[in-house]
Formats: sequence, C-alpha cells, structure tokens
Amino acid sequence: MLEVRGLAKRFGGVRAVDGIDFAIKPGEVFGLIGPNGSGKSTTVNLVCGLYEPTAGAILFEGQDIVRVPTHQRLSLGLARTFQNIRLFANLTVWENLWMAENAPAHRTESGFLKRWIGGRGDARDRIAKALEFSGLSHRADDLAGSLAFGEQRRLELARALAAKPKLLLLDEPAAGMNAEEIAQLDERIRALQRQGYTILLIEHHMELVMAVTDRICVLNFGRKIAEGTPGEVQADPAVREAYLGTAA
Amino acid sequence: MDFYYSLAQIIGFHALIGLSAYVVLQTGQVSLAQAGFFAIGAYVAAMLTVLAGWHLVPAMLAAGVAAAVMACIVGFPALRVRGLMLVIATLAFGEAVRLFFFNFDYQIAKGGVKVGPLGGEGFRQIRWFPEHGWTSFDVMLFVWAVVALVAGALWWMDRSRFGAVLRAVGEDELAAQSVGLNLTAVKVAAMTIGGFIAGLGGAIYAHYTTHIEHSNFNVLLATFAIAYPILGGLRNVFGTIVAVIFVQGFLVEGLRFLGDWRNLLFGALIVLAMNLRPNGLIDAATAQRLARLFGRETRRA
Repeated sequence: MLEVRGLAKRFGGVRAVDGIDFAIKPGEVFGLIGPNGSGKSTTVNLVCGLYEPTAGAILFEGQDIVRVPTHQRLSLGLARTFQNIRLFANLTVWENLWMAENAPAHRTESGFLKRWIGGRGDARDRIAKALEFSGLSHRADDLAGSLAFGEQRRLELARALAAKPKLLLLDEPAAGMNAEEIAQLDERIRALQRQGYTILLIEHHMELVMAVTDRICVLNFGRKIAEGTPGEVQADPAVREAYLGTAA
Repeated sequence: MDFYYSLAQIIGFHALIGLSAYVVLQTGQVSLAQAGFFAIGAYVAAMLTVLAGWHLVPAMLAAGVAAAVMACIVGFPALRVRGLMLVIATLAFGEAVRLFFFNFDYQIAKGGVKVGPLGGEGFRQIRWFPEHGWTSFDVMLFVWAVVALVAGALWWMDRSRFGAVLRAVGEDELAAQSVGLNLTAVKVAAMTIGGFIAGLGGAIYAHYTTHIEHSNFNVLLATFAIAYPILGGLRNVFGTIVAVIFVQGFLVEGLRFLGDWRNLLFGALIVLAMNLRPNGLIDAATAQRLARLFGRETRRA
C-alpha cells in the first residue's frame, strides 16, 4: 500500500530523517515509534506532503507521490490527523467534516456547482453517520473550538475518515488522553481495521501500540533501528537501548 | 433630503468595496488592492457609458468582469506570499493602478467637446444619471438594489460549502491542505470574486460623483475597504454593512459638527470598538446566537 525507500529530510545541518525504508501492507495497522526527536512526525509530514524530502521515494499503491501536491494526496487516499490537533476552530463540528469531502467519490456524486454552492442536503446522511461513529451527534452545530479535548481528537479522526481514505495516518492520537479515552481509541482503531482501513500509527503510548499494531518500525535519530511484530520489537536489544539507554 | 440620498449612495458603494474585501479576508488574506480594482471598475464603466454610449447596467457588469480578470491575474503571484508580504504586494499593485490612471489619456471628441480620462486632471462629465433623468432618489434605490443583490449572493455563499471552504482556509492553511483543499485555487477564486464586487462598486462611484481622478483611489480607500469587514466581523455580510453605516454615516458624517476634533474621535471610536468587540461587531458567537434566535438550529442532520 505505502512504501518508503531511502527517505531522507535535512533541515539545514540536522538530519531529521536519514534514509529510512518500510512498507505497509493493505489492511494492516503499522506502528511507527521512537524516542522524542527520532523523526516520526517528520516522516508523516513527508508522506502527506507538508515537507518535500531531501532524498528518497514515497510509493503509494505503486505510484511515486513525491511530486504530487499536498491537497491531491487526499484524493489518492491518504488522510491524516495531527499531533497537536488542527481543527477549523471557528467552523462548526458539522462544517469541519464537510470540508474533508474532497475524495473523487464526492466529486462524481454531485456536479461542480451543486457541490460548491448547493446546500448541505447531499452531505447530510454521510456526516450524520460519521458523527454517530465518533459520538459527536449532539455537538454537530457547536463550534469545533468549543469542544472538550477528547471530543476534538475524535472530531479530527472523523474528519480524516470523511475523506474516504485508504491509508489513515494517525499522528499521536492518544497524546493527552486519559486511560478510559485510550481504551476507547484502542477499540476504535480495531473497528477501523475491521472496516478495511490501513493505518499508520505514530504513538508514544506503548501499551496501545503493542496492543493494536500488526507490525512496528522503530526509529532513533532519524534511522530505522528495528522492524517486526510487537513481540519481536520488544525483545530487540537495540530498541531497549534506545528507550532505556545502556547500562553505564 | 438630497443630503440623505447622497449619503445613502456613499454608504452603498463603500459597502460594495467593503464586501469585496470581506470575501478576500475570509481566506485570511489582507489585500490592499481593493481600491485598485475599484479604480479599474470606475474607469472602465465610465469609459463605456461616456465614450461608447453603453447603458449603465452592461457597463457595470463589464467593469466588474474587467476588475475580476485583473484580480485573478494579480492573485496568482500575489497569493504566493502571505501576511505582511501580501499587504506590501497588494499595496504596490493598488499604487501601480493609481499611477496608471494618473498617466492615462484617452480623449475623443463628442458633440464638439473632448471627453474621456485626461491623466492627472481626471475624467470629467460622467453624466449618465442626469442625462437619463434619474433623480437622486432613483440613484439611491439603484445603488441599494445592487448592494442587496451582492449581499444576498454573499449571504448564500457563506452558507454554501464554498463559503465554509474560504473560512477553513482562513483558519488553518495546513489543515485545509491536509483535507484536500487547493489553497491557490481557493484564494484566487476569493480574490476574483472580490475584484468583481469592487469593480461594481467603482462603476457606481464613478457615476455618482461624475468626476473621477487618480487621487480618489489612494491607500486611504484601500484601508477603509479592509477596515469595514474587520470592524464588522467576518462571520456574516451584515457585520460589514453595519460597519460601513457606522463609519460613513456616524463617524464621517454624523460627527461633522465637531470640526477638526472629528478625526481624533474617529480613531478613538475605532480603537474602542475593536477593544469591546475584538472579533468584530458581529462575531461567531453573536452570529450563532442570532441564528438560534431565528430557529435555524434545526439544520442538524
């Protein structure tokens, strides 16, 4: 589904991502972990096009997408959430989901004019379903900025899903969540996998990562130090060293 | 009574230039080019009615289209920069337009007199209204009909997906890109629509005043244009119109009796208004309360 080859990104002299490779198979939940500053978020930003890579290739369903503009990557089937939530705070919850309807399917469903200056009719059922899945139906007409933190996270995920993606990039979705919310997130990620989404999960919360992912890639200082199933990665000495440091 | 008709006309074309800036501001872009588009509209419409003998309505539409085309062309390079750099770029464009008209001569003889724009002396005798026997009252009705049409169209736009997309881009460009919105297309579209509206306003202005010259379209006008929607709030078109009435009707005309003290108070009142209503006279929360009041919360799917 997604394949990254020799991907590198330098900011001045800093090698944020220094030649990493990994491949995500359709239908799997793939974890990307590593200590702070190891290049996880940079990798996501490269994949969804916010940064241009210094070197390397990003193949999505076999097509190199490095030259594809950011906004068009969504039509290919790539959607994301942000580590520090980026909602349209002064738009309503409903409108936030409406904004993400840019997939080819949405485009063919209604004509150009109807889509842009027609009313909300077409989107009503779709968005109602999305709100229900996220448990936000009762807040549809509230401004997104007025939601509680956990609700904002759920809305951002719903907004990514509204774009009908094939691959979902979740950048630290559990950051700032309490245990109960993390349990719900765990459940939601499994539900999404059952529905056929492929997921790239960047996360610090190890319990969650180990529980929901099929395979994990571990980064440290912009390089890949391990890859494998949660069990394999946990047993890897290089990973233990990166997280815990070496015994002096 | 003519004084009030005239004031209503002034408020009318200021409302149009304010609404033109409103559309562009929705996408978070501060454009000081609106006075330039207004000038293009004024000159094009006046040349069509005076030199080519067109009826005012088609001349106005042509003026709007000419300004829109210019806005679209300017939009592509200008919108590659943002924030302060965009302000400078659009300011430069506005000044370039003004200086173009400062040097623009195109006079032809009509009935023994030469008419048309004459550089620094401006363009005199734009007399379509008196020639066709329109009274001040008629002109006022016409101006406000145009304002109502434009405001109505923008009101519709705000409720459409396109309007929400403009606001989304204004809120967070990064997130907008990530949900698949083409920033350039959205911003240039907003700029083009703004150009069209400013062109209409300019066309009306030229025929209201009957004499236009380059200095009418200076930075002060451009500043007014963006001050209206900022003062009025970006949530809906009525904020902008309320702000125009407040500024032109109350601050400029209503306080004339204060003489030179007026300018001082003028500044103070704008500062006060911005402090009391930091998000504009009609902000998002007010707009939502109003919507609730009129029972629109039933739109929930």
